[in-house]
Amino acid sequence: MIERVPGAFHPFVLPFVAGMVFVLGWCLVGMVRILVELPREDRRRFFLSLVTPKTAWKNIKDIFLNCLIHVRLWKRNKVLGYMHSSIAFGWFMLILLGHIEVILFVPERVHFLYYPIFFNFFVAEADSTLQGSLLMFLMDFFLLVILSGIALAMVKRFRSRLFGMRRTTRPSVLDRVGLYSLWAIFPLRLMAEVFTAHISGGSFLTGPINALFLHFFSNDLHYMPTWWAYSIALGVFMFVLPFTRYMHIPAEMLLIPMRNAGIGIRHPRRGFAKLEYYSCPGCGVCIDACPMTASRANVKDCTVYLNRQLRRGNERRIEQISDKCLLCGKCTEVCQVCVQGPELRVAQRRMRSYALSPDYSQIDTAPMQAAVRGAKVLYFAGCMTQLTPSIRKSLEALLRRAGVDYKLMDPDGGLCCGRPLSMAGREEQARELMAKNTEIIRASGCEVLLLSCPICYRVFRESYDLPGVRVVHHTVFLRELQLAGRLPLRSGPETFVYHDPCELGRGCGIYEEPRRLLDGVGTRVEAASHHAESVCCGGSLGSLTLGYRQREAIVRASLKNLTAEHPATIVTACPLCQTTFARYADRPVEDISQTLLRNLG
Amino acid sequence: MARKKASKKTEGRVVVIGAGVAGLTAARELLALGYEVVLLEQADRPGGHVAQWYKLFPDMSPTAPILEDLLSGVREAKLLCGVEIASIGRLGDGFNLILTSGTAISCSAVLVATGFRLFEARRKEEYGYGVYDQVMTNQDLERWFATGQDPRITGRDIRRAGFVHCVGSRDEKAGNTQCSKVCCITAIKQAIELKERFPQAEIWCFYMDLRLFGKKYEDFYIHAQRDCGIHFIRGRVSEVSEAIDGRVIVKAEDTLSGRPVKVSLDMLVLMSGMVCNPGIHALAGSLSLSVDADGFLRSRDNILHLNDSGQPGVFYAGAVTGPKTVPETLAEARSAALAIHRYLRGL
Amino acid sequence: MIDFGFNLAPSSAVNLDEIDLSRYRALLRMEPDARICMGCGSCTATCTAGPFSGMSVRKVLLALERGQHVEVNRMLEGCMLCGKCMMVCPRGINTRHLILSLCRIKQEENYD
Repeated sequence: MIERVPGAFHPFVLPFVAGMVFVLGWCLVGMVRILVELPREDRRRFFLSLVTPKTAWKNIKDIFLNCLIHVRLWKRNKVLGYMHSSIAFGWFMLILLGHIEVILFVPERVHFLYYPIFFNFFVAEADSTLQGSLLMFLMDFFLLVILSGIALAMVKRFRSRLFGMRRTTRPSVLDRVGLYSLWAIFPLRLMAEVFTAHISGGSFLTGPINALFLHFFSNDLHYMPTWWAYSIALGVFMFVLPFTRYMHIPAEMLLIPMRNAGIGIRHPRRGFAKLEYYSCPGCGVCIDACPMTASRANVKDCTVYLNRQLRRGNERRIEQISDKCLLCGKCTEVCQVCVQGPELRVAQRRMRSYALSPDYSQIDTAPMQAAVRGAKVLYFAGCMTQLTPSIRKSLEALLRRAGVDYKLMDPDGGLCCGRPLSMAGREEQARELMAKNTEIIRASGCEVLLLSCPICYRVFRESYDLPGVRVVHHTVFLRELQLAGRLPLRSGPETFVYHDPCELGRGCGIYEEPRRLLDGVGTRVEAASHHAESVCCGGSLGSLTLGYRQREAIVRASLKNLTAEHPATIVTACPLCQTTFARYADRPVEDISQTLLRNLG
Repeated sequence: MARKKASKKTEGRVVVIGAGVAGLTAARELLALGYEVVLLEQADRPGGHVAQWYKLFPDMSPTAPILEDLLSGVREAKLLCGVEIASIGRLGDGFNLILTSGTAISCSAVLVATGFRLFEARRKEEYGYGVYDQVMTNQDLERWFATGQDPRITGRDIRRAGFVHCVGSRDEKAGNTQCSKVCCITAIKQAIELKERFPQAEIWCFYMDLRLFGKKYEDFYIHAQRDCGIHFIRGRVSEVSEAIDGRVIVKAEDTLSGRPVKVSLDMLVLMSGMVCNPGIHALAGSLSLSVDADGFLRSRDNILHLNDSGQPGVFYAGAVTGPKTVPETLAEARSAALAIHRYLRGL
Repeated sequence: MIDFGFNLAPSSAVNLDEIDLSRYRALLRMEPDARICMGCGSCTATCTAGPFSGMSVRKVLLALERGQHVEVNRMLEGCMLCGKCMMVCPRGINTRHLILSLCRIKQEENYD
């Protein structure tokens, strides 16, 4: 074991050290700022979660699985998964092994920031021992892994279709600087270690290449510039990191424990929200997933661009992007980091102030309360169902058939559930309406609140305070009736496809009940994308700015996805999806209650 | 004379696609001009929509004698009912048609008189057609006038009835932004007829704009107001629901008084608008005919060459180019016959 | 001036020469579709908030075009943003966003 460099220092390490100090300082300041910006109770909850053994262990596990191994990406796309985990995990292992080497061989240098990184420059002949040669082997092995990942990344940058991505993001200038410096780091490290291998020792990769080069080079003059270049590439990468999408690396490591602590977006730009949009890796998976991108005009309105504009603070674009989104939640579903695109957008909408604030205090609910008193099962059809009378009629027929004692909460039109208001960012007004509805429901004394509209269902389930009342969607309720033998169904030759409404599927996790019901009446096929990855019908109230004509392409693309297996009938469980599809569909579109009523045994 | 006629026939055979009133009228005129005419009809009998109707506005003329007259004029034509065209293509200066039955027909000119299809009222789901038994279409009601057979009316005493204008017309959501032209006057005609059958009934017409442009239409409107007491409400119906007493509740805004209105009815008639007969679109493709934004076929121009498709030898008559009344259709069919005559004579 | 012994009440007629259309024009810049309303009243008839507050998108548009602003504010305050008007509009106007734009215009006026 020989320390080759007297004083254990050489000026070439300076770019790296400067970059490292800069990035560590930046992240530390950023972390403190985010913690300060959190509301007091959230901060308390976060610190508490860090010392709770269960969440602490979960944090470590999640960071390892997500940040290093990229499990979610592996599940989606093996090649992309390998590409990312080879670089992340490989790099992590290089750093870890570097530290082990330092601790083993030169423990007195352990506090030198650059020693583990440039170990082979400073320390020679570490391969003469068993430990040394094993470590050298591992170093070469992981370097090779990373290089394979980098090679894939290069191919992906120019031929993204080979990786199953139709569209990917256009990187900004700084993103490019970061990207190219990242690409440069590892080949430069390889060359630096190769040129030093006959002095410091090498393994299966660096050794033979070194031997090969020694045939051409008669002196060692070229290895110094290579180490310089390696250090500079590292330095450049770290200096630009805070201003590029690579900021997601440190941000995600804080995001995961915060999410595990149960913290959500409160303020549109501060605290947790900031962490969310800095955690976006900018990979662009959300572009292909977003239903709006059926029109090319909407490509730049995906979550990845929202995050980019939020980082830049481009208010005009932030507003456009926030208001256009359908809030279907698919971007979060496919996102590696689960950036909450819809929640981020609603938070932006909430920030806006309007001079006119609705006032619902004049609404007298007394007559409505009187009308529903004594109901066991209270059925709230909701605004949208008023426009699809067949849903209400079919569901009522099924309830009567099953002998359910029910009452209608809005036979002649009721109040809105409040979800459209909260989607538009008017949470306070939504709360007012919810209070009015709560009065009516409580007065009824009902045990079950039945909803046929997933938009209503979600808000009643998540945001209403209704102790003792079971809030249930009609798909679940009908499935229970079927299982109890109160709804005999007759199976026929018809083929169905079930469309998962966003609010019911991704929103509330109800996927299986409607499918089991359909299995009872005919043959069921699946859409090309289904369950959590189902494609929004395009009619969502989430979007504020998309007009009728601009939605057509979205609806047609969604229909194409649904009819991939040529079902005879499209079945859904949402009045809005039904109306939206029916306008352009070439085959019948029904609510599940209609389908069941047609097939009663 | 006989020889002359025979020679004419070989050089001048015209295929008329569609044996509705347009096709029948044009065929009669073409026969009179000495051409050989082949009439192709998809349905089992000729007469098209008019054959299913009872009386025509504005004189309440019964349809049966009109049809009889038209049919008597085409006895010399070759009428093929219940046939469909499998393919059509150009052959020399003329055309070659092959029917799904395998029959091949060659001709010198083609007259497209495929007419319209009624807008599928089920698609306006909020109006409850096919959901509520009390809701029917203009076509259903006309058929009841003609046959007296409809389970939705038979045996019921209609005390309150409503007509909804513009169902599937002037409606972006229904995919048809154009006015169907005849529904306003048809609603008035049917309201008057309904009032005659049920003199006790209160009848409301919900309209967006009353477009009564034709001869004697205004008189008809005045008659409906003054003599029949029919109520006209300027407002489009937004939704229909069912009351416990078996009536339907119709909601609209009375835009003239600026207040929402609600009325319970025994019967609601939807004035389904006109859309182009979708069967023609495949044919239009093989003959390179252009289709307008409203789904109807596009004439060479809308003033001088209404009958002219822009493709040599292909002509239009009637509602294939847009909503039309019966007299307009007949006039256009006659002018189409002349246009074909000019074309075949090389004029 | 000759005193006839009585006064004419201020006319309820709208003088189109004198009305203030600044707000209507501001709306048209944000929502060009506001021009294509044909006044069918579907939005009003279907309105969830209408029975409680007299909200009517049709009347809002008409009042703006006639320069009558007091009515507009009162009606907008009843809106529940449920989106039914948008679904029934035969001209496909994005009425829901139109309402938000109007609230926005009012906000900007307040700043000025």
